[in-house]
Amino acid sequence: MSQQTDHLADKARRQFLTKATGVAAATVVAPGVFLHSVGNAAPREEPVNDSVRWGMLIDTSKCADGCNDCVAACDKENGLDQLIKPEGASEEQWDMQRPRWIRSVKLKNNLTGRVTTLPMMCQHCEHPPCVDVCPTGASFRRADGIVMVDRHTCIGCRYCMMACPYNARSFIHENVQLKPTATPRGKGCVESCNLCVHRLDNGLNTTACQEACDKGAIVFGDLRDPESAVSQALAKYPAVQIRADLKLNTGVRYTDV
Amino acid sequence: MKGKFGLGLVMALCLTLFAGFGAPHAGEGIEGSSKAAKLDACVEPTDYMRRNHFELIKHQRDITVHEGVRATDYSLAGCVDCHVRKDAQGQHVPVNAPGEFCSGCHQYTGATLDCFTCHATKPTGNGQ
Ligand code: SF4
Ligand code: SF4
Repeated sequence: MSQQTDHLADKARRQFLTKATGVAAATVVAPGVFLHSVGNAAPREEPVNDSVRWGMLIDTSKCADGCNDCVAACDKENGLDQLIKPEGASEEQWDMQRPRWIRSVKLKNNLTGRVTTLPMMCQHCEHPPCVDVCPTGASFRRADGIVMVDRHTCIGCRYCMMACPYNARSFIHENVQLKPTATPRGKGCVESCNLCVHRLDNGLNTTACQEACDKGAIVFGDLRDPESAVSQALAKYPAVQIRADLKLNTGVRYTDV
Repeated sequence: MKGKFGLGLVMALCLTLFAGFGAPHAGEGIEGSSKAAKLDACVEPTDYMRRNHFELIKHQRDITVHEGVRATDYSLAGCVDCHVRKDAQGQHVPVNAPGEFCSGCHQYTGATLDCFTCHATKPTGNGQ
């Protein structure tokens, strides 16, 4: 396999995938931009590089209180719905410890009392505290901006769970019986949202949560491509990082918070 | 996938392993109804695979996890997909079940397999 990466060719291919095929996503912020590429899906042949940075913009004004669609889609996509409460564990304990890659979170502005509901997942920080603290290098940031855990080297110390300001990481406490091919999982490792990396690496450019949200609250794409739906939406709407004070330069941004 | 272990080759391997030990079953019929059973060679020549299959898997694991490369002949999901056997009811038998392709030799040598603590032991049809 060639280790040389032709950034331009890669970019051209990706743009082709972005624009040429598929179904228009239900997003009002960027009408006519194609987000799916089902027809052209092919496994990645060349290493990822930093000409791409995957990210998201979430329009919280579209998140209905009580809506669980993105969370359910994530659970299904990544096999989290197949995990069962360990024998002897209380409901409370299970609720606290069960792996979740997205959580539906309510934020309250203490001054005004305004409440915002939003999905909170790994924010794919450019300067990830989880990576800083990991003693083994298992927690790492891929060249295309995805922060992941290499479970082959994770020793389950959970330092990263303590370091993450967004409570984005989960620990697998028990042996897992049903393991999806795309999302290997076993006792003793930490995991978190990986922006549906198996989809991206197989030539798709959607995430399960974005696809599941029929309100179009989630726009996913390449932050480095000025033409992408997410870049165009970011240019148009005032977006914030949650806990911007930490200066992590998150890949996930929010509007109307 | 290019090609896989053939039944004859696997039996030859097992005969080599078990010669002189008088092991009664010696991996007979391990391939059974798997895709691999119908092919002449694995993704690399058999003698190479015998000694180096784990090097290939381990190298691929790093390339896939860290660089996102999925177009490959050396994925563990590919091993499972090809070597998994179907039982009389047409159901996949986990590759790490006693006597199946992966455990056939590893049990004998006492090499503990850790792949399947996390990885699927039969195709699950949700992407590799
Ligand atoms: S949100 Fe948490 S898990 Fe994700 S990159 Fe940032 S610190 Fe790491
Ligand atoms: S739990 Fe795993 S990924 Fe997290 S800090 Fe420890 S070794 Fe690194």
